[in-house]
Amino acid sequence: MSQHTIGNSNYNSQQLYDADETIPVGFTVNGTHHTLQLTAATTLLDALREYMHLTGTKKGCDHGQCGACTVLLNGKRVNACLILAVTKDGADITTIEGIATADMLHPLQAAFIEHDAFQCGYCTPGQICSALGMLQEGRANTAEEIRELMSGNLCRCGAYTNIVDAILQYKNGGGRD
Amino acid sequence: MIPTAFDYQKASTVDEAIAALTDGDVKILAGGHSLLPALKLRLNQPSKLVNIAGIEELKGIKEEDGEIVIGAATTYHDIVKNDIIKSKLSFFSDSASRIGDVQVRNHGTIGGSLAHADPSADWTALVLAADAAIEVKGKNGKRRIKATEFFTGLFSTALEEGEIITAVRIPSPAEGTKTAYQKFPQPASRFAMVGCAVLRKPDGVTNIAFTGVSDNAFRDAAAEQAVAGKPLDDATIEAAANAAAEGVSILSDHYAAADYRKHLAKVYLKKVLHAVA
Ligand SMILES: Cc1cc2nc3c(=O)[nH]c(=O)nc-3n(C[C@H](O)[C@H](O)[C@H](O)COP(=O)(O)OP(=O)(O)OC[C@H]3O[C@@H](n4cnc5c(N)ncnc54)[C@H](O)[C@@H]3O)c2cc1C
Ligand code: FES
Ligand code: FES
Repeated sequence: MSQHTIGNSNYNSQQLYDADETIPVGFTVNGTHHTLQLTAATTLLDALREYMHLTGTKKGCDHGQCGACTVLLNGKRVNACLILAVTKDGADITTIEGIATADMLHPLQAAFIEHDAFQCGYCTPGQICSALGMLQEGRANTAEEIRELMSGNLCRCGAYTNIVDAILQYKNGGGRD
Repeated sequence: MIPTAFDYQKASTVDEAIAALTDGDVKILAGGHSLLPALKLRLNQPSKLVNIAGIEELKGIKEEDGEIVIGAATTYHDIVKNDIIKSKLSFFSDSASRIGDVQVRNHGTIGGSLAHADPSADWTALVLAADAAIEVKGKNGKRRIKATEFFTGLFSTALEEGEIITAVRIPSPAEGTKTAYQKFPQPASRFAMVGCAVLRKPDGVTNIAFTGVSDNAFRDAAAEQAVAGKPLDDATIEAAANAAAEGVSILSDHYAAADYRKHLAKVYLKKVLHAVA
C-alpha cells in the first residue's frame, strides 16, 4: 500500500474506510496547512465552512449551478460543493480569505468596491475567486469573453455589468475606465 | 443537503478499482458532477464509493493503432486543451468548451458523462458520430462496446455490474473528414435540449447523431442515408431534415414539448450539415 506524503502522511491510499469512520486528510488553505478528520461524505465546501471556519466561501445551490462556492484548487477554479474533501488530500486551496494581504485589499476586491459590483454580496467571494482563476487561464480579453467565461457564477442581484467592469479595470491595470 | 453515509475507498490502479467493486450498491466516483447532486438529492444511496479520479492510467489522450484514445478520467478541460483533439476531432474540443461552465469543465470527466448517460448530455452524441468504441474492464478482462450499442435507455448503458469504463477509442479520421456539433442549450445548465453531431468522411459517408431528442442519444439512419455520398446542397439537406427524428419516441418536458423538440432536431441537423458542406 502506498502512502501519501504531500497531504497527510497517515493517509493510506487504498484503505477501505467504513461509513461511520473519519478519514485523515490534509490540505494547504491560503498558505496554512490544515489536518482534519472527516467522514467521506463531507464536501470540500462543508470542510472549509464547518471544520476550518472559513465561511467566506458561500453555499448557494449546493448543486454546482451557482458558483457561490468557487475556490481555486491547485490554481484551477472549481465548485467546492461538488467535491468530496477526502478526495483532495494534499491539495493547495485558495479561498476568498486568502486573497487580500493583512492590511490591503487585493486590487480586484478594490475594483469590485469601486464599481459597486454587488448588492447583497453573497455571490461575491465566488465571483472574485472565479475571476482570478479566469485571469490565470489567460483567455479573457474582451467584455464579451469575460461574460462567457464567468458564466458559472450567477448573481441573483444582477450586478453583472458592474462585475464585468470591475474585472476589466483590474485586468487593464488599475484606473477607472 | 447532505448525502447518506457511505464507505469509501480510493483506487490507484484500474485493477484496484475493479477489486473494490464488491457486491452491494457500490458506485464509482470520478468528477462527481453528476453523482454528488444525485447523492444529495438521495436519488442514489450507495453503500460504498470507489474514487477513480486519481488513477493515472485513466487519464490523458494518445494516438495508437489508428485510434485516438481518451482515458475515462480525463477532464473536459484537458480534452479542450489537447492538440491531437484540436487537430483531428475539432468538434470534440469545440463542444467540450461549451459544456456547462468553466468550473464544471475543470472537474467533469468524459467517462463519468458516458456512464451517467444523461438524455441531454453532449458527449453521447459526439462519441456516436465519431464511431467510437467504449473500452470497459471488469473481473473478466477488457471488452469494447460500440457507441451505437452502449446507450440503451434513459440513464442506462451496456455497462455491466463490476465493470468500469477505461477509455473512449475513436478511429483516427481520414484526411479531409469534416465534423460539427450544434446544440440548443438549456440556458442555465447548457445541457443540450437538442444537440446534433455530424462527421462526414471524404467519400460522403455521413454519421449523424442526436442527443436531447429521445431517452438516449442515437444515430439517425434515415437522415444519414438521405445525405450519404451526395453533395450537401440545399435540396439534400432539406431531405435529410425531413427524414430526421422520425419514428423515435421524442422527449417532452417543461423545457420543450415533443413537437418543438422534433422541430429543433431538424433545425439543428440543417445547421450542422451546412457547417460541413
Ligand atoms: C452546473 C452543471 C452544468 C452541466 N452542464 C452540462 C452540459 O452542458 N452538458 C453535459 O453534457 N453535461 C453537463 N453537466 C454534467 C457534467 O458533464 C458531469 O460532470 C458529467 O455528466 C459526469 O461526469 P463526472 O466525471 O463528474 O462523473 P461522476 O459524477 O463522478 O459520475 C457519474 C456517474 O458515472 C459513474 N462513473 C463515473 N466514471 C465512471 C467510469 N470510468 N466507469 C464507470 N462508471 C463511471 C458514476 O458511478 C456515476 O454513476 C453539467 C453539470 C453541472 C453540475
Ligand atoms: S453552492 Fe456550489 S455551485 Fe452553488
Ligand atoms: S450581489 Fe447579490 S447575488 Fe450577487
